[in-house]
Amino acid sequence: MNLLVCISKTPETTAKIGFTDGDSKFNEEGVQFIMNPYDEWYALVRAIELKESVGGKVVAINVGPASNDVVIRKALAIGADEAVRINAQPQSAMTTAKYIADYAKEGNFDIVFLGKETIDYNGSEVGSMLAEYLDLPFFSYASKLEMDGSKAIITRDVEGGQETAEYTGSFVLSAAKGLAEQRIPNMRGIMMAKRKPLNVIEPTITEDLSVVVKYELPEAKSGVKMLDADDMDELVRLLHEEAKVI
Amino acid sequence: MSTVSDKVALKGCEFLLKESTWLDAYGPEDFNEEQLMIQSMVREFNEQEVHTRREKLEKLEEGLNEMLLEKMGELGLLGSHMPEQYGGMDLDFNTNSIIAEEMGTTGGFSVSYNAHTGIGMLPILYFGTEEQKSTYLPKLLTGEWKASYCLTEPNSGSDALAAKTKAILSEDGSHYVLNGQKMWISNAGFANIFTVFAQVDGDKFTGFILDKDMPGLTLGAEEKKLGIKASSTRQVFLENVKVPVENVLGEIGNGHLIAFNVLNTGRYKLGASCLGGYKKLVEVSAKYANERHQFKVPISSFGAIQHKLGEQTIQTYVSESAIYRVSNLINEKIKELKAAGKSNAEAKLEAAEEYALECSIIKIVGSEVLDYVVDEAVQIHGGMGYSEENPVAQAFRDARINRIFEGTNEINRMLMVNVLMKRAMKGQLDLMTPVMAIQSELMNGTSASDTDYGTYADEKEAIKGFKKCLLLVVGAAAQDVMSGKLNLKEEQEILTNLSNVITQIFMAESVLIRTEKIKERGQHKVDFEVYESAMKTYFHQSRFVIHQNAVEAVMAFANDSMVGGLLKSVAAFSKYRVKDVKTLRRTVAASVIKEEAYCL
Ligand SMILES: Cc1cc2nc3c(=O)[nH]c(=O)nc-3n(C[C@H](O)[C@H](O)[C@H](O)COP(=O)(O)OP(=O)(O)OC[C@H]3O[C@@H](n4cnc5c(N)ncnc54)[C@H](O)[C@@H]3O)c2cc1C
Repeated sequence: MNLLVCISKTPETTAKIGFTDGDSKFNEEGVQFIMNPYDEWYALVRAIELKESVGGKVVAINVGPASNDVVIRKALAIGADEAVRINAQPQSAMTTAKYIADYAKEGNFDIVFLGKETIDYNGSEVGSMLAEYLDLPFFSYASKLEMDGSKAIITRDVEGGQETAEYTGSFVLSAAKGLAEQRIPNMRGIMMAKRKPLNVIEPTITEDLSVVVKYELPEAKSGVKMLDADDMDELVRLLHEEAKVI
Repeated sequence: MSTVSDKVALKGCEFLLKESTWLDAYGPEDFNEEQLMIQSMVREFNEQEVHTRREKLEKLEEGLNEMLLEKMGELGLLGSHMPEQYGGMDLDFNTNSIIAEEMGTTGGFSVSYNAHTGIGMLPILYFGTEEQKSTYLPKLLTGEWKASYCLTEPNSGSDALAAKTKAILSEDGSHYVLNGQKMWISNAGFANIFTVFAQVDGDKFTGFILDKDMPGLTLGAEEKKLGIKASSTRQVFLENVKVPVENVLGEIGNGHLIAFNVLNTGRYKLGASCLGGYKKLVEVSAKYANERHQFKVPISSFGAIQHKLGEQTIQTYVSESAIYRVSNLINEKIKELKAAGKSNAEAKLEAAEEYALECSIIKIVGSEVLDYVVDEAVQIHGGMGYSEENPVAQAFRDARINRIFEGTNEINRMLMVNVLMKRAMKGQLDLMTPVMAIQSELMNGTSASDTDYGTYADEKEAIKGFKKCLLLVVGAAAQDVMSGKLNLKEEQEILTNLSNVITQIFMAESVLIRTEKIKERGQHKVDFEVYESAMKTYFHQSRFVIHQNAVEAVMAFANDSMVGGLLKSVAAFSKYRVKDVKTLRRTVAASVIKEEAYCL
């Protein structure tokens, strides 16, 4: 099978989040980046498992600058056969989806995988847009994917339960927890990663339709206030005026 | 990555006589992409597989150590330091240091890992026949077999060569019969392979490879230990165990070579492993200090706590600089020896031997900084630190073993001076010329040189003085030894003082050259001021440590006619302009408090 896996880079989960440019841009300074866990743990690993069982090729794709190569090479270390980086600063879900679609159109992929969302912007948008651009069906939040010959059996998480679908043909799938189990790259994989192809291509021209004007952090929680157990009046006042819960 | 390749690398002990520059420094900021990937892979493994099983490991749940070692084998982590022909990855020494450091966060399990990959495998690699290597190493590398190393006995610990276990050749010459008792054997509970040392004909100390199914080999119960409870430690009893002659390791009577040589690398690795442990403790300490409020403010706002956080970080930064400096020295030496045609095993063995003194320094420093950092971590946690609910309590107990095994720190201190003296006697190291130069400098009253040191002139001048201080005292002691007035071997207190000075010099110089390198290359991750503050605080302390130890040594041996002059010179050489270390430490503390992690 010919499999494409979209991977993106996200700040490491303990990174301190801040903004620049009048709060319209994420401040990357001093932030450590990792591969988005939904992409790495579930989408990529399931693609590799399929390749291992039925043969074929796994291509990892990322939209981003050269500094993303570190993250991309991790995908190669885990087991992708080759990688493509579309040399553009990701702007929005739409441009990202368009760039990838323009590449994927030529590639004749059986399945295009991505994570159900990135853990930073939580957009969950690239998958559906990509499917639209490629004119392919889209299975979101897939927690299981089995192949029965050329037929794919996909289990999706839906509110309070599961839905199972079958499909024969190419499709786009976004991965949720359960689709696979995280794989730690082994030493041989890491040493091989450098020798696998990482092709850099320029993006097609796409105009963005929206711009981000502002980010806000949640307000910092204030500390716990300790009151004298007998001071009911003060408690009521605080709950009313400060906590505004009564 | 390496900038020193066209320079002649410093030989063992030579740092005491020669100047090093920032071009000789090496630290985590120099890791390449592959090394960083391996670092994060080991971290991931530990987080997912080891830390999540902490409680079960502490109970020494059956099969767990084995399972984790096998998983490490699958990932290629058990053979990262072994030749490819046996299934290893043959990664360079620096990359293996990174792995050792990361494994240091895993408490007792790190002992299982270290015993298996270190004292378990290395004797076979270094001294095994081709057949032994191809029989044992591939299975040890995948983790299918686990290894242990049996040197210590109830009546021979530090004095390892006094072992009583006997090996007697059978009449037909086909096997040896082993009888004896081994004690404190790590991994004994699950090992398949036991490297055992025994006396052939009563006095030929020799190594043997035993496997667990040999009749007559039995195990004692698990020891009830203070810490590293996750590690299996048992006695091994040998009762008429028949060991085929093919299983003799190395040559008859050469067991001491095996026993001592594997220890150099072991000591270095132990230090690197401790570093991983205390880096994590700095993080845990800073996080707790920010979380915990008393008197309505986080305790991290108190000067007394900042002192601890600052000092923990400074000690970590300085020792990290020393540890990776030694790593890189060994790394370069291995490359040099391989290029000169040595086999993989020979190169590794010889390189570690070359830096025996430095390996002892790293063993001592790693284990002692760990004890300092973990003790203060408990203190920062207050009562919570005393609760077994909190991992800090376990870390406190786990830390203590490191000053005891791989040669106690006392033994390593004696050894260090011993190595230095031996090399001087054998003419491998010219101690006498610089000693005489100092003596004539003192007689002619030459004052401070007007060398233009450039950056960090004060620190460079101080290092020069510290080295002179050591050479002065060593020279004076050597004269007394030669005239028969001093039996230095019997004066362990003096040896200890000298080893403390040697260690302090190595550490101070390591942090100096690394800090300058970070400055030159703009490699700082937090404000550069933090690095500089750490270095300056350490120099300030070094001046006092060196002065005190040198004075104690001089007072212990110098006669009345010498003592005045020596003390004056010691004072003149152990100089560094004192600093406002309160402010410097606060600067360092502020950065860990902000980052909530060891951030240099
Ligand atoms: C948990 C654990 C795991 C171990 N794992 C192994 C293993 O896998 N294989 C193995 O072979 N051994 C192992 N050991 C043994 C370990 O190496 C020894 O405990 C260590 O070498 C010290 O020996 P000892 O316990 O007999 O102490 P001793 O030698 O009796 O020392 C007692 C004290 O006297 C001091 N001392 C001794 N001699 C001198 C001297 N000449 N000058 C100054 N001071 C001296 C020591 O520094 C120490 O402070 C392990 C020990 C422990 C506790």
